[in-house]
Amino acid sequence: MALKDITLGQYFPGDTILHRLDPRTKILMVVFYIVALFVARNALGYALMGVVLTAAIQVSRVGFKAIRRGMKPVYIIIVFTAVLNVLYTPGQGEPLVTFWIFTIYYEGIRTAIFMVLRITMLISCTFLLTYTTSPIMLTDALERLLGPLKKIKVPVHELAMMMSIALRFIPILIEETDKIMAAQKARGADFETGNLIQKAKALIPLLVPLFISAFRRADELAVAMECRCYHGGEGRTRLRQLKYQGRDIWALCLGFGLCVSVFLLNHLGVF
Amino acid sequence: MEPIIQTQQLTHIYSAGTPFQHVALDSVDFVAYQGEYLGVIGHTGSGKSTLIQHLNGLLKPTSGQVLVAGKDIWESKEATRQARFQVGLVFQYPEYQLFEETVYKDIAFGPKNMGLDETEVDRRVRQAAEFVGLRQDQLDHSPFELSGGQKRRVAIAGVIAMEPAVLILDEPTAGLDPVGVEQILGNIQDYHKAKNATIIIVSHSMEQMARTADRLVVINDGRIPFSGTPREVFSHVEELEEMGLGVPQMTRVFHRLKAMGAPVDDTVYTVEQAKAAILTALGQSPRSTRTVSSDEKGAV
Repeated sequence: MALKDITLGQYFPGDTILHRLDPRTKILMVVFYIVALFVARNALGYALMGVVLTAAIQVSRVGFKAIRRGMKPVYIIIVFTAVLNVLYTPGQGEPLVTFWIFTIYYEGIRTAIFMVLRITMLISCTFLLTYTTSPIMLTDALERLLGPLKKIKVPVHELAMMMSIALRFIPILIEETDKIMAAQKARGADFETGNLIQKAKALIPLLVPLFISAFRRADELAVAMECRCYHGGEGRTRLRQLKYQGRDIWALCLGFGLCVSVFLLNHLGVF
Repeated sequence: MEPIIQTQQLTHIYSAGTPFQHVALDSVDFVAYQGEYLGVIGHTGSGKSTLIQHLNGLLKPTSGQVLVAGKDIWESKEATRQARFQVGLVFQYPEYQLFEETVYKDIAFGPKNMGLDETEVDRRVRQAAEFVGLRQDQLDHSPFELSGGQKRRVAIAGVIAMEPAVLILDEPTAGLDPVGVEQILGNIQDYHKAKNATIIIVSHSMEQMARTADRLVVINDGRIPFSGTPREVFSHVEELEEMGLGVPQMTRVFHRLKAMGAPVDDTVYTVEQAKAAILTALGQSPRSTRTVSSDEKGAV
């Protein structure tokens, strides 16, 4: 797998309703969705959450494949959580299986399934956010949403700037890593075989040039910013103004509605 | 002539199956012969970098084959490894990949990875340093203390030290001053002559290519529209300009002259040829003006 295939925080350009929504709305929707996920207690609630997520992925045209690929690094965590839940959830009724020091109850399996669904949907919905929102929009939205914190002297603008610079540099650094890796491979470097110590040592020809270039870039960026008289957030205007539209109100109502319906479904008492 | 590298129906697709899918190479049949000095020209994004990364097995073809000295380099792991050593690849701005404490150690990185013994590594490092014009005392310095041009020469020496039968360089002179350009081109020429190595240079400087290469291959949109001697390739003035590549200034001047009705040969591409062509057109023999020639050289 080439480094380029890592999709963490990668934006898929598009022009669907999900792409066009105000980024602030999208962040709030994700918050609503996560709250609803934690409120849900029965199969009906989870089914509703699943349907909403599937619909959103369909609408965004990102494709399930991209979401699945993004999930790859968390598979282990999901499996680990499931196993722990199955083995360690105490239950009231008859144990289903007993072996060695473990007893598995019906409740254990139920919790495990819900837990897996919860983590999967939680990660998928955050992926959907980063896939449909460019990093710049995302930090802009965060800056605006956290704006009120400026009153208590939280350097919101500086944090947002640091974040957008960091986000901006991830693809550059990945590309750079790919390039240096290719160059050292061309000189016979071997990054794949060998034991742990050999593998760690093999990284030196990669990490040294990478660090040097990262520092060089940081230096150049600082100079470029100073040349354009950057002096922090005070009195700065923006190129892209964020404005709520009619569709944002509807979307927010939908998100709130989702929380309420999941709460109501909890009291229907199925499973 | 024996082909040393050959690709057959080579196709490479980046990010297949995502919205970013991009066909970088489309059924390319590329060939480089033993001992030739080959120029690859194409503008940014034409697929030339993708092509050269296939030639030593850094990229795996989506479909098609890459043959080095007649053997498929993806046949076995060992074959891929051998291809890396037979085909040396110098990337663009190679000075950014230096990492060792001393110049010597950095040049020795490649030969050491080949599993050579100490004395052989030492011989190769010293010889490679000589090819690129580094002084013996510079070998103990940190590569980060050197100037940009010197760093680049260290990086090139790092690949030359592996003594590859084919040396591929991607824009080896980008960002250097004229003196640095001449030095690097001279170093490459020396290696070419001393080892009878095949040289493949990627560039978009038509002047440089016209001057140095025996044969040119043009890449555009992941295909090879034409290849041949500089004279043949530069006769496609219109097509080249349409691709955003252009031809050497001399060719352009003479092309215009001919279009204006002057009785000149429009296939010239160097200053020397231009001089001869003008003198022929004026009815003078190029031999009678030796003194002018040396003056002109100084001016160029």
